Amino acid sequence: MNGKWEVVIGLEVHTQLATNSKIFSGASTAYGAAPNTQACLVDLGYPGVLPVLNAEVVRMAVKFGLAVNAKVASRSIFARKNYFYPDLPKGYQISQYELPIVGHGELFILDDNGNEKRIGITRAHLEEDAGKSVHEGFGEHSGIDLNRAGTPLLEIVSEPDMRSAREAVAYMRKIHTIVRYLEVSDGNMQEGSFRCDANVSVRPRGQKELGTRAELKNLNSFRFVEKAINFEIDRQIALIEDGGEVVQETRLYDSDKDETRPMRSKEEANDYRYFPDPDLLPVEIDDSFIEAVRKTLPELPDAKQQRFTNQYGLKTADAEILTASRAVSDYFEQVAEATTAGPQVAANWVIGDLSALLNKEGIEIKSSKIGAGALAGLLDRIADTTISGKIAKDVFESMWTGEGSADEIIAAKGLTQITDTSALESVVDAVIAANPEQVAEFRAGKGKLLGFFVGQVMKETGGKANPGQVNRIIKQKLG
Amino acid sequence: MTADPAGLALHQRTLSELAWGLTKGDFTSRELTELLLGRVAQHESLNAFITVTADVALEQADRADRARTRGVAGPLNGLPIVHKDLFCTKGVLTTCGSNILSHFVSPYDATVVERMAEAGAVMLGKTNMDEFAMGSSNETSFYGPVMNPWDTKLSPGGSSGGSAAAVAARLVPAATGTDTGGSIRQPAALTGTVGLKPTYGRVSRYGMVAFASSLDQAGVITRSAEDAALLLRVIAGIDRRDSTSVDHPVPDYVAGISKPVKGLRIGVVRQHFDEGLDPLCAERVKTSLDALNEAGASLIEIDLPSIGLSVPTYYVVAPAECSSNLSRFDGVRFGHRSADPEDLLDLYCRSRGEGFGAEVKRRIMTGTYVLSAGYYDAYYLKAQKVRQLISQDFKNAFERVDVIAGPTAPTTAFAIGEKTDDPITMYLNDIYTIGANLAGLPGISVPCGFATGLPVGLQLVGPHFAEERILACAHQYQQLTDWHKMAPEDFA
Repeated sequence: MNGKWEVVIGLEVHTQLATNSKIFSGASTAYGAAPNTQACLVDLGYPGVLPVLNAEVVRMAVKFGLAVNAKVASRSIFARKNYFYPDLPKGYQISQYELPIVGHGELFILDDNGNEKRIGITRAHLEEDAGKSVHEGFGEHSGIDLNRAGTPLLEIVSEPDMRSAREAVAYMRKIHTIVRYLEVSDGNMQEGSFRCDANVSVRPRGQKELGTRAELKNLNSFRFVEKAINFEIDRQIALIEDGGEVVQETRLYDSDKDETRPMRSKEEANDYRYFPDPDLLPVEIDDSFIEAVRKTLPELPDAKQQRFTNQYGLKTADAEILTASRAVSDYFEQVAEATTAGPQVAANWVIGDLSALLNKEGIEIKSSKIGAGALAGLLDRIADTTISGKIAKDVFESMWTGEGSADEIIAAKGLTQITDTSALESVVDAVIAANPEQVAEFRAGKGKLLGFFVGQVMKETGGKANPGQVNRIIKQKLG
Repeated sequence: MTADPAGLALHQRTLSELAWGLTKGDFTSRELTELLLGRVAQHESLNAFITVTADVALEQADRADRARTRGVAGPLNGLPIVHKDLFCTKGVLTTCGSNILSHFVSPYDATVVERMAEAGAVMLGKTNMDEFAMGSSNETSFYGPVMNPWDTKLSPGGSSGGSAAAVAARLVPAATGTDTGGSIRQPAALTGTVGLKPTYGRVSRYGMVAFASSLDQAGVITRSAEDAALLLRVIAGIDRRDSTSVDHPVPDYVAGISKPVKGLRIGVVRQHFDEGLDPLCAERVKTSLDALNEAGASLIEIDLPSIGLSVPTYYVVAPAECSSNLSRFDGVRFGHRSADPEDLLDLYCRSRGEGFGAEVKRRIMTGTYVLSAGYYDAYYLKAQKVRQLISQDFKNAFERVDVIAGPTAPTTAFAIGEKTDDPITMYLNDIYTIGANLAGLPGISVPCGFATGLPVGLQLVGPHFAEERILACAHQYQQLTDWHKMAPEDFA
């Protein structure tokens, strides 16, 4: 990046809380229902209806607060944010303004140089989501779907502590990992359960005061966050270097064109006329509640990653990948505890073959067609040399298609590795006899041909020969 | 407790008297309902009703009669009531006196409506009111003003003017109302009826269309304190659908009213008898206080130093909340939608412009202003601080007295049209009632005599959840006097 300029980024992450019902009504939050079938009178903002706070939402927010080492407010207040929009049924959004439920907190990411870096969290507050305007399929009209109206959101606001798009993505990923660990959000970005706004500004390196910022709205994938921020950085720097000035405004990222464009300026910004919502009581949280929630905190990703490197001796990179998701780390630990093959082998398989198949078929690890116990059974057969690593990959695929356990498949297909030296010697002899030219070349010094002979033996044995043994025998016989 | 008022025409009887007659089998609920529906039709010109629900009423009356035969009668079984048109009633027009809801049929019942229906009450209709309860004369209604039965050139007060007029005219023995700044007590005073505003949180606000959420409270208008007690017992109590309703035990208010006033310490607010109070009204109120004094209560002069700020405080807080509460009436999902809007902004502007009347618009604009960036601290926040002071004044006073008594309204009923051009004078009509709303206290207005032939109301205000105490005091006063038994000449 341009060395003259320093980039300053703060993120507002909106994460949908994984409650069954909405934040202020009993309507379901399930995704994908027919339009307006999951909106009750409260969500529709009917005359006379009143909001009632879903207690689960408070528990989840507190859980998040504790996970990022934040101060949980003993008293927080819901406020009304007033503006008119057709997908905002009451003409105001119930949010938190002056007294949010979660105060200052922090988390750690790796910066561009691979060093640990603290990112401050300013606050996290609860609010209700709006509905959705549908602009296609209604001619000159717009459709309104209020299924999403009243869905609980936790808006997590960071300090302007990030200095590159990459750091912003690392921070967002960390939040994503934490909320899923805590099981307070499914973090599903396609369904809009996890999205963010980015405040981006640039300033001459060394300057203390912040540059004028632009707010990029509604970034709903890690890739878009990175691209949108990078576009915006380039735009701002080019603008300033051309003698222009950045104006404070809200910009929308267009992923098709990979650009940001103005949505509304500071002057056009709404005056939201926030005031405490008189329909809701202040949320009062005592220490005993906080302690009860603290007891439900799972081991968090940073601690788990540390433990994986210490306890299992995993490479840091592998530990990081495995702990990015609680389900993956749980799966890995089950395999590692059950198999005799050792934790690194377990890690390699979970990160490698298993992840590849899961990704290919778009399946969550929780629904993996091969359970942790079954995978451990397969790895055991490698460890005790019943099969080779190569055969294991075939067995793995058969297990995936439901042909049975590793042992059943090995038995049914007769895949047990040939380790009988005399049996292997006779195959090697046959291969040597059948390939006199290659034998001559090998003996003349073309050592690369070893692989050819091993391949021939494997072919003859249907891949069942123990490759190490075969290597040794060929070297003996031709050496 | 209630003597059999044999010979008294059915429409003259109180709820308690009617309940006795129904229990004895002197008449059926259907007979009673038909008779009162007849009176409602006969006195249509009072304009007390926006909707008469004769079909619903007769069906409920028949059901009540059958229930009585089966021996499963609820506490209000077969008793006729009407609801202020601010309460949502399932399948029935619910207009709030506004054009914007002039075609709105509610898909659900308010908690108050539901509880009364479950207790066996018979709903005769929905009463006229100031638009969205914003007014003190019932003149801001889209459906036109209500006439005061004592003199049809006069206003019955407001905003629950239709409910008060219907009860005063003996069209129905009891009605619901809502009180944000005096909207139950002031019309009760101006029509010679009893108006009870309970403690904030005592009665659920669910299904009561919001005007100013932190001040609104549902209550009743009746002809006796005993009837108010009977109804309050049914509608009071926590409702999980209203977070601001309070989980406080509901006593047997009817049993509680027999408590004598002997030993009761009645606070008389010095500021309440300052200039602004009509001298004849002042005299009536003082006479009624003397009567309570003679009955054994002591009168103690008290100060509410900040009470003079209650009207300006109210006219910041209430419009602020109303400006937000009324945002939902945008022409998108329900209510009036302007024809052929050019675009979204046009849809909003015209739907609301056509739908709301002048007073509602005035308050929405005031409220929007006081919440705006740069004005919030100077108006809204300051008003909230003054509100705290006013609450503290009452709290201090209730350390010395059990009940605070004084006038309900500064004058008797005024002429329709008299104050419509001067909103400030209109606002001052609630000068004695607003304090109880700001502090969330229960208050009741009881008829305490006449000035130049028009009813005067005595207001009793108690500490939080002391409804039993103010009802008992009001009831004991009614045992000493007959003011509440006097009917307007043309409606006797």
